[in-house]
Amino acid sequence: MRWFWIDRFVELESGRRAVAIKNVALAEEQMDGYGPFLPLMPASLIIEGLAQTGGLLVAEHNDFTERVVLAKLGKAVFHGPAVAGDTLTYTVVAENIQADGAICKATSHIGDRLHAEVDMVFAHLDDRFQGVDLFEPAEFLRMLRLLRMFDVGRTETGEKIKIPEHLLHAEREEAAAIG
Amino acid sequence: MPTKEEVFAKVQEALMDALGVDDDEVTPEATMVGDLGAESIDFLDIVFRLEKAFEIEIPRSELFPEDILTNAEYVQDGKVTPDGVEELKKRMPFADLTKFESNPVVQDFGNLLTVSDLCRYVESKVGA
Repeated sequence: MRWFWIDRFVELESGRRAVAIKNVALAEEQMDGYGPFLPLMPASLIIEGLAQTGGLLVAEHNDFTERVVLAKLGKAVFHGPAVAGDTLTYTVVAENIQADGAICKATSHIGDRLHAEVDMVFAHLDDRFQGVDLFEPAEFLRMLRLLRMFDVGRTETGEKIKIPEHLLHAEREEAAAIG
Repeated sequence: MPTKEEVFAKVQEALMDALGVDDDEVTPEATMVGDLGAESIDFLDIVFRLEKAFEIEIPRSELFPEDILTNAEYVQDGKVTPDGVEELKKRMPFADLTKFESNPVVQDFGNLLTVSDLCRYVESKVGA
């Protein structure tokens, strides 16, 4: 099972906001074990999905050159459960992105209903974490494509966001190595 | 230009949001780490909130002079040297270092900063 807790991006405005969706299905593993006879989408995995949406929004702002990690949750308020068949719409707004991290406000909606509100702090790993790679670049690019980030992503002026050259380079290197 | 009371109110709000503490806990004398339970990552959160609330830029080295505390020239046997303390005073004119100066153990430095130090720092930035 891959650790994807969003299905795809539907909007991304570079450095400002991102919207992603997560479809909750009864066949998913977490629906069995979390509450027997009461299949709910665990709040922790909803937070993970919001963090993936926000983390990639923050990382995109720096062309994916920073290693972005979720450092802290401010508040996390859930107004009700999410159940099988629900489509969760995650919206993350970047309030402040700087050299050492970012703060973001996130919401989850089920249809028009506000389902959850979460404040998040992301940190960029600094020199104390030298040699720590979060992702293998070519694999990371595949993930971003799968999530359709480059299909929907736009710059502040409305142009399509471009795939950074260092990720394309890693992809070419990988292809050459495979032969 | 905000008044000192307005600065305190905004700092208090930032600390309540960042640390999940009540308004009566955020007194001017409260220390950030010891009394309010701030951890290192909270300072990033607090700095972000203050920058937004006051529309200021906070260079990290002004609030957290780690370069002095890790400089062999200014630290000996886990204590900041008199020269080092002078550097800290120059860097942090908003902080009251009197108590620290009497026994300047590097490890204790993290628990120095009080709410009123933070307010004084912000005041110096916004000209309150």
